Amino acid sequence: MAVLAHAEAGEIAARLRNLSLPDHQDLRTPENGLVMLRGRVGGDGAPFNLGEATVSRAAVRLASGEVGFGYTLGRDGEKARLIALCDALVQSRDFGGAVEREIIAPLREQLMVRRKQAAAAAAATKVDFYTMVRGEG
Amino acid sequence: MTTIAELPPGFADKVLSAQSTFRSVMDAMARPGSVQRIVPMAGAPGPMMRGTAAIALTLFDHDTPLWLDARMAESADVTKWLKFHTGAPVVQDSSIASFALVSNGGALPSFESFALGTSEYPDRSTTVIIQVESLNSGRSFELRGPGIDGVAALQASIKPFDLFERLHMNEALFPRGIDVVLVADDAVVAIPRTTRIVSKGS
Amino acid sequence: MYVAVKGGERAIENAHRLLAHKRRGDQSVAEISLDQISEQLGLAVDRVMSEGSLYDRELASLAIKQARGDLIEAIFLVRAFRATLPRFGASEPVDTGTMRVQRRVSATFKDIPGGQILGPTFDYTHRLLDPSLAQGFVPERPAAAEASTAPTPRVTDILGRDGLIESSPEAEDGASVGDLTREPLNFPADRDLRLQNLARGDEGFLLAMGYSTQRGYGRNHPFVGEIRFGEVEVDFVAEDVGFAVPLGAIELTECQMVNQFKGSATEAPCFTRGYGLAFGQSERKTMSMALVDRALRARELGEEVLAPAQDEEFVMSHSDNVQATGFVEHLKLPHYVDFQSELGLLRKLRQEFSKASAETNTPDAMKEAAE
Repeated sequence: MAVLAHAEAGEIAARLRNLSLPDHQDLRTPENGLVMLRGRVGGDGAPFNLGEATVSRAAVRLASGEVGFGYTLGRDGEKARLIALCDALVQSRDFGGAVEREIIAPLREQLMVRRKQAAAAAAATKVDFYTMVRGEG
Repeated sequence: MTTIAELPPGFADKVLSAQSTFRSVMDAMARPGSVQRIVPMAGAPGPMMRGTAAIALTLFDHDTPLWLDARMAESADVTKWLKFHTGAPVVQDSSIASFALVSNGGALPSFESFALGTSEYPDRSTTVIIQVESLNSGRSFELRGPGIDGVAALQASIKPFDLFERLHMNEALFPRGIDVVLVADDAVVAIPRTTRIVSKGS
Repeated sequence: MYVAVKGGERAIENAHRLLAHKRRGDQSVAEISLDQISEQLGLAVDRVMSEGSLYDRELASLAIKQARGDLIEAIFLVRAFRATLPRFGASEPVDTGTMRVQRRVSATFKDIPGGQILGPTFDYTHRLLDPSLAQGFVPERPAAAEASTAPTPRVTDILGRDGLIESSPEAEDGASVGDLTREPLNFPADRDLRLQNLARGDEGFLLAMGYSTQRGYGRNHPFVGEIRFGEVEVDFVAEDVGFAVPLGAIELTECQMVNQFKGSATEAPCFTRGYGLAFGQSERKTMSMALVDRALRARELGEEVLAPAQDEEFVMSHSDNVQATGFVEHLKLPHYVDFQSELGLLRKLRQEFSKASAETNTPDAMKEAAE
């Protein structure tokens, strides 16, 4: 599900359109709020409050009863609703496989490509100290 | 057992409904003893009145610890509904509560057990929300204080019967003290800490 | 006497209209978009997010546009906006050890596991203005290299294994995390509150304070153990869901400063630490923060508090640029009544002075003085 939080609402919506969705309703209409982001002293010590982030959330219920929750950074309520819908669908026997196959897997693929590109660009700036000639003879 | 999916819904229009409810509670606080109506309706779980539910959806959040009386706390519907819609943490220790929800006024604990605020921050006190039988019939009360032009008359059927005697402690504590909100269905009356009772009829 | 002054409504309204006009500038020049600000003035956005204490690139970009590029005004706008939203809760503490690093350098060790990665940096540029950037500049594609899959442990973790550096303070059981946006500050303040204050603090103020420690005002002999910048995942335990849900990723900069060692008869000497963490790529900010964090630990480490950067009340009360600008800038608002009373007092004192000096100049007084 983490993959969905990294995707754009439009990408999720476009892929959802390929499925014939069951009836569902908003259990919690999308709303925006804040989450206090925490760090740790020294990176690994006691927690402290770093600052807040905007977060959007929603909850969706399928006619068959499954309840899905959607949380995402930012203020895109529609994205939160789509994540909630996917979360509910994943739990359903009829749709779980299709959501994983048609939505999550391809989005994961895209995310990995983006991450790989960023990592490759960073790796090119890695310092190679061993190109220096050493003075030990 | 009720699942989240079966819980009564929150406000249909969160922003406008919360604003309208906030206005009603604010007017009630500004004009102690006056009966205000809460217009927007949300579903109310278990023993919670619909006015109380609207106030909860408007004023409670993650930062407002909540104390529930036994009747409220025993209802799984109430606790689940509050958790889902407001996120307010329910606490056992009433002295750290921002709000208290009381459905059975007859068993109201002593006000001293709630947060009374500090001299530096008198606002850090518990606002006690008590559900009562009626706010338009019953005994008559005459109230005085800031926000009241002369005397305000209130007819109400309230438990505990000695509510106003108990609120005498607000006189000595000021600026600390307890603010009370009375709810009967969709009617709401506020008795802030500055309000004094002058007479009580039958 | 109380003097009520009213008026100026039309002037204020017209001033705001003029401001809007000036903000837009010459309308034959294309309007700047939020995407342009977010993509091309990214470090300004990072600063507004850090000091506005709200991670939201789009809002920070809007604030910068609305504030005409005045970053402190933009920070003010962001702080005001955040007050309108409910808080759902607090995230799980982020793990900077699992950061997908875009940049990571250490000044203490040449060879660190995972390597030194320069990333997008101004370091080693010649600081010469580049006229080719003025218009139509198309950058080359970034070079690519095989990325290592080896973990990139924090340098302080490596030093910690041999006990050469003090370990981070552990959370006390059941202790709540201080939040200065909810509870007013009291002194002495614990390190969680100090770090929160510094994370929101003005970069310029922290830079000056950090610099002062290097120049001898609270010297603590710093080395950059490590600076890292990149993405970390954020998880949040939502009350309604009941378990941790992923919210997505944020960019952070972390600075681990390795400082002057301490030791005693009972404790083997080891290096001490200062810590900096901020939203986005905020290197100067996190380095300054780490220097000041270390300086503020003077009391805890048994050092004499002599310099401003070691005085937590001084630092924490003056670090916030929204508070500071509010108090400084309020001076330009009408103080007519205050000033009238000062003026009256001054006139009276001057009268008394001239009366007194007239008396000392009379012949009698001169005679007395001569005797």
